Amino acid sequence: MARTRFAPDRGLTARMGLTMFLLGLVLVAFVLAMVLIAARFPANAGAIVIIGVLIAGGMTIGSLFYSDKIALTAARARLVSPQEAPELHGIIDRLCALADMPKPRVAISETDMPNAFATGRNTKSAVVCVTTGLLRRLDPSEQEAVIAHEMSHVAHKDVVVMTIASFLAIVAGLMVRFAFYGELFGGGRGRRDNNQNMAIVMLAIMAVSIVVYAVSFLLIRALSRYRELAADRSGALLTGRPSALASALQKVDGVMARIPTRDLRAAESLNAFYFVPALTKGGLSGLFSTHPPLQKRLAQLAQISQQIGR
Amino acid sequence: MGFLDTLLGRTKPVQPDLDRLFALPSAAVTLAASMSFTPAGAGSVCFRPMEGRAFSDVEDDVRQLLDSDAEKTMPVEVTADSYGFTWMVVRQPPDQFESLVTDLHAVNSTLADNGFGPSLLCSLVTFSGPGQRRIAIVYLYKRGTFYPFAPLPGERRDNALELQVKAAIEGELPLETDLGRWFAVWGAPGL
Repeated sequence: MARTRFAPDRGLTARMGLTMFLLGLVLVAFVLAMVLIAARFPANAGAIVIIGVLIAGGMTIGSLFYSDKIALTAARARLVSPQEAPELHGIIDRLCALADMPKPRVAISETDMPNAFATGRNTKSAVVCVTTGLLRRLDPSEQEAVIAHEMSHVAHKDVVVMTIASFLAIVAGLMVRFAFYGELFGGGRGRRDNNQNMAIVMLAIMAVSIVVYAVSFLLIRALSRYRELAADRSGALLTGRPSALASALQKVDGVMARIPTRDLRAAESLNAFYFVPALTKGGLSGLFSTHPPLQKRLAQLAQISQQIGR
Repeated sequence: MGFLDTLLGRTKPVQPDLDRLFALPSAAVTLAASMSFTPAGAGSVCFRPMEGRAFSDVEDDVRQLLDSDAEKTMPVEVTADSYGFTWMVVRQPPDQFESLVTDLHAVNSTLADNGFGPSLLCSLVTFSGPGQRRIAIVYLYKRGTFYPFAPLPGERRDNALELQVKAAIEGELPLETDLGRWFAVWGAPGL
């Protein structure tokens, strides 16, 4: 077998694995806490938990199956044929042949904001979308680098992984809401001591859910940042030009920071899919952001460039 | 890519399949017999140049290797296309189709031996037929499959001719069954 020049990043793999393990652990702790509460107060706690899980499961499956349509509609993007966008299709054709992966559908969004995203639950429903602002500002090799990054998201099934990872946070979020409204409107009927029991149950569920929500939210964001780094890495290795991705990142990041926030309200919900997030804040935001800081991404790309040039 | 690789976001670069190129000579015979398309004497290897010193060194080695071939009359042409890929075009007299294939194999095996196998995109050999028609048989390194490419003026493809060629060489070569991967190589050098 031919030797390989593409050493995997074990540190990144380990951090990603640990984050997913911790998410699993939080899930187990959450289930255990709910079972304990339900066993202690057999009243209606069980029903609330089951309803919460069912609704969250429905939302997760729904967003998995409609992720492509939801994202394309939100970005006001339309699918383009090879005749409409020959260069873009040419780039994607070649990257697919290099990576040996089926060709995703291609979409263009008419926005001046330079960005790109990939969506779809599997390679068949995958869509790679770029904005006209990106096509206008980046030269072909930088466009290719960005598209390779997005195609790595498709190969890593990031939509599925992140949607499943978010399931726990959705359940916990719903439970907080249910328990809160239960507390508000739960009283009135039945015996007095039963009501008091109910109030304690609701408070317990709410407390556990708030903690689980907060912890899983931080873990999901960490996982998202690691997956961005992994996509940068795979994309750079695929094109063999880490520096093209680095220069694309610098260009896009500069433009994104200058664009007024008022334009970006619609874009914020799409952040998790984007190449570069639409809002950047200072301070603690590092822990909450879906993407790693620019410096970190550039440092990784510089290291890859060294590695393949040796 | 395995489940764990997907879960942990580790893409393994895909290694090329080099040896199937040697099935080309017998397919060329079939193509000449059934459709009177004969080798046009040019073949090319298309790859993605990696940035950095290591790759450019290997690229120079390949060029020297081919140019040092004593029997050759024409030097290797190296061109870059607008997508950022490099094409190495090898020419041999049309009747020496087998040595053309050997040259192509020398290019891709040198790249693969130096660890740049994942950079290989495709290989083309050209055929000319009745009425000055030119077609190419494209080899996809990562898939290990072939497909015909018949360009018409104005960036159009003669799909009917492509399908005829496909039918003619089906028994000789592993052909790409997913038509979505028959991507167009407009303006490929040597075509």
